[in-house]
Amino acid sequence: MTLHTLNQGPANRSGLESCQRALQAGDTLLLIEDGVYWSLPGLPCGLELPPQVQLCALEADLQARGIASLAQPVDDAGFVDLCLCHERIVSWF
Amino acid sequence: MLFSIVVHAAPVQNQGADTALRFARAVLAAGHGIYRVFFYRDGIHNGSALSSLPPDEANIPAQWQALAAEHGLDLVVCIAAAVRRGMLNAEEAQRYDRSSSNLAPGFELSGLGQLVDACLQSDRVITFGGRS
Repeated sequence: MTLHTLNQGPANRSGLESCQRALQAGDTLLLIEDGVYWSLPGLPCGLELPPQVQLCALEADLQARGIASLAQPVDDAGFVDLCLCHERIVSWF
Repeated sequence: MLFSIVVHAAPVQNQGADTALRFARAVLAAGHGIYRVFFYRDGIHNGSALSSLPPDEANIPAQWQALAAEHGLDLVVCIAAAVRRGMLNAEEAQRYDRSSSNLAPGFELSGLGQLVDACLQSDRVITFGGRS
C-alpha cells in the first residue's frame, strides 16, 4: 500500500494525471498545498479515483484556501499516521 | 519509526518547504525520529544564512536551524546542487575562490550518497517538492 501526496492543483493537471496512473486499490491519495483544490465540490474536471483508493486532504491547506472539501480532512499528526500505515510514500509535484 | 525528509522546494517560491517543516515538527511531536533532512535541487536555498525577510513573514531557513538545534537534526544540503546555485560553505568558497560563504550554521554540504544512506537507514522517506 502506498501513500501518494499531490501538491499541484487544476492549474497543473499533469501532476494529477501522472498520479492517477499510479494509484492502486488500497492506496491513499493525500491532497496537500494547491492539490486540495481537486477536492472542491462540483469541480467540472473532477477527481476520478480507482476503486478502494481513499481520498484525504491536509486540513491546514483546506482552511487556508477556504475549501469545504469532499475529502477526509487530515491534520499534520494524521499525515504522520498515514505515513506509518502505508509501506511507502510517493510525492507528485 | 525513523523518518527521512527530502526537500526539493525552495523556501520562498513554493509552499513545500513550509509543509516539510510542519511535517518534521509533527513527526517529532509524535515521538518518532528523523534520521536526516536532505535538501536537493532548489531546496538547497533552505540552507541560506542570508535569507532576510520582513518580521511578519516566516523565515524558513531560520526555522530549520532552530528545529535542528532543539532536536539534533542532521540537515544535509546536496553539494552539487548547492555550489552551482551559489550556496557555499567556507571550504567550498575557498575551493572555488569566492570571497564569501553563505551556508547557515547547522547545515552541512555533502553528496547524494547521504540521500542513499538515508533511504537505507530510515523506515519512511518522504519528499516535499516544489515545481520548477
